[in-house]
Amino acid sequence: MRPSTPHRLLAWATAAAAMAQHAFGEMRFPQPDFESGYTPPATPSPPPRAWAWETLDVAALGLALLLAAWLVLRRRSRTGVILLTAACLAYFGFYRKGCVCPIGSLQNVALGLIDPNFAVPVTVVAFFAMPLLAALLFGRVFCAGVCPLGAIQDLVAVHPIQIPSPLSEALGALRHVYLVGSILLASLGAGFFICRYDPFVAFFRLDGKLPMLLFGAGLLLVGVFVARPYCRFLCPYGVLLGWLSRLSWHHASVTPAQCIQCRLCERSCPFDAIRFPAPPPSRASLERGRRAFLFLLVLLPVLIGAGAWLGFASSPALGGLHHTVALSRQILMEGAVPGTPSTQASDAFRASGRAVAALHEEAAAIGHRFAVGSALAGAFLALLFGLKLLALTRRPGRADYETDRALCLSCARCFRFCPVRPGGEVPPEFLTPEKQTHGR
Amino acid sequence: MVWQIDPLKCIQCGNCATRCVLTPSAVKCVHAFAVCGHCRLCFGYFQPETTHLHEGAENQLCPSGALMRRFIEEPYYQYTIDEPLCFGCGKCVKGCTTFGNGSLFLQVRHDRCVNCNECAIARSCPADAFVRRPASQPYILKEMPTA
Ligand code: SF4
Ligand code: SF4
Ligand code: SF4
Ligand code: SF4
Repeated sequence: MRPSTPHRLLAWATAAAAMAQHAFGEMRFPQPDFESGYTPPATPSPPPRAWAWETLDVAALGLALLLAAWLVLRRRSRTGVILLTAACLAYFGFYRKGCVCPIGSLQNVALGLIDPNFAVPVTVVAFFAMPLLAALLFGRVFCAGVCPLGAIQDLVAVHPIQIPSPLSEALGALRHVYLVGSILLASLGAGFFICRYDPFVAFFRLDGKLPMLLFGAGLLLVGVFVARPYCRFLCPYGVLLGWLSRLSWHHASVTPAQCIQCRLCERSCPFDAIRFPAPPPSRASLERGRRAFLFLLVLLPVLIGAGAWLGFASSPALGGLHHTVALSRQILMEGAVPGTPSTQASDAFRASGRAVAALHEEAAAIGHRFAVGSALAGAFLALLFGLKLLALTRRPGRADYETDRALCLSCARCFRFCPVRPGGEVPPEFLTPEKQTHGR
Repeated sequence: MVWQIDPLKCIQCGNCATRCVLTPSAVKCVHAFAVCGHCRLCFGYFQPETTHLHEGAENQLCPSGALMRRFIEEPYYQYTIDEPLCFGCGKCVKGCTTFGNGSLFLQVRHDRCVNCNECAIARSCPADAFVRRPASQPYILKEMPTA
């Protein structure tokens, strides 16, 4: 039997009246028997672009990391690093559109570790691990010329100014908060905030929402003078790279041979990553340092406790970023305060016919995990802060100009300022006694 | 892993058209032809109040004219989506799902999607309809019910 138009109008009217929930598999209008020999075509389903590319991306990343290490450590070539930066910006940034990048991948890994149902593809693990491994071997060569976010900032940093070290260090602490916060939110299922607030991905796609475009443009504008502000003050992955780079097997050094304290490189680093020579501490200051160290050591548990409490206290707010918690609160609110406007999500929830009690139960469980997670995160941040304070009490003397392994991006800028030749010979003008005394 | 919409959870809220990082959205309407009744009066094609069933733009539900039809035989039509025109608003899907067979539904089109690590639509989907799928099975297509 073939339904004709009036039947369908009727069906429309009754369906509209009943607003029947459409069960999948139900055919309100059975497939007709075509007399013209027509057979319905298959649904077109183009394969993902991403698929074939992923392996190639991993290979390209490995190659770029090796190339960066070679350019920085062997060739000591800033020009080479600039060329590599441009190439990686073009490929990983504009061509591959910057997803998934190692910075974002740390969230996939964090969530994968906590939630066994969340599968992390091998390629994403490779993206996460390869720059870290490279940092362990050669320092932050990923930041030097491979990372597309670093690259776009590096190429606009044409007129870097030095900002006071304390300010730079204080702002740099933001990265740790961002790292710990984004791991907490990602691993408990509230979302990938690093990706959400990635300032440059909209540029790579040449498409995006206005606020993020403005944020990115602002950072680039600041970045003309304060070089690579995202890298230095926000990037959470940079923290991990810095930790491993401290232990690196080989690391870029300002001088190719022996530093002659000519002071030429003093202002060459736009990232405040060159440490100056300092006389060994006096007996008195050593004693003061020791006392401060012991005092802080005793204080450390208090600090950690305070951090845990702060984290715990902010857990309701953090938990609210999880959509299940937010939905449960919205439903409670709508029940408690008559006239509360419903949201798309609460309407969808009611229409789905799921039990309200189950939702609240699930939200409570998530809230509990947030309480524990936030307290741990707070304690960990306090520990990092405490360790930093402890490190400040011990300022060892330093004979030469050296790079700070955690902060150095291995960009190779300072290399050009060092007059010492790779073989170790020093141009004669730097050997005059006057210059030598000047440099102490 | 790639993002996809579970068509059984989608409520056609309209976010798919506006929240994607791409303009126009990587989400498009797709058609499971095998599930379609090939009706002359298509609930996804025509405005609800339409009395004259002709193809004038004023009668069509689709704001961009992306849903097209082709006469097959009396009284049947084939409905196809002009994907470059479709921006994933889901109006036709709502019509078809509420009153018809539900053969029109929304899917992330993987020739367009840039596979964001966190899909911007997934985050705002009120029905929690976005799921991650293995890249080897990137679509959740509707099929002929096995009766
Ligand atoms: S600090 Fe972060 S954003 Fe900057 S280059 Fe390194 S990984 Fe990329
Ligand atoms: S956001 Fe979710 S509910 Fe809304 S149209 Fe897209 S898939 Fe459907
Ligand atoms: S993953 Fe990105 S491009 Fe794809 S549908 Fe979601 S927001 Fe759009
Ligand atoms: S009504 Fe919306 S979803 Fe349907 S074809 Fe037109 S633009 Fe696409």
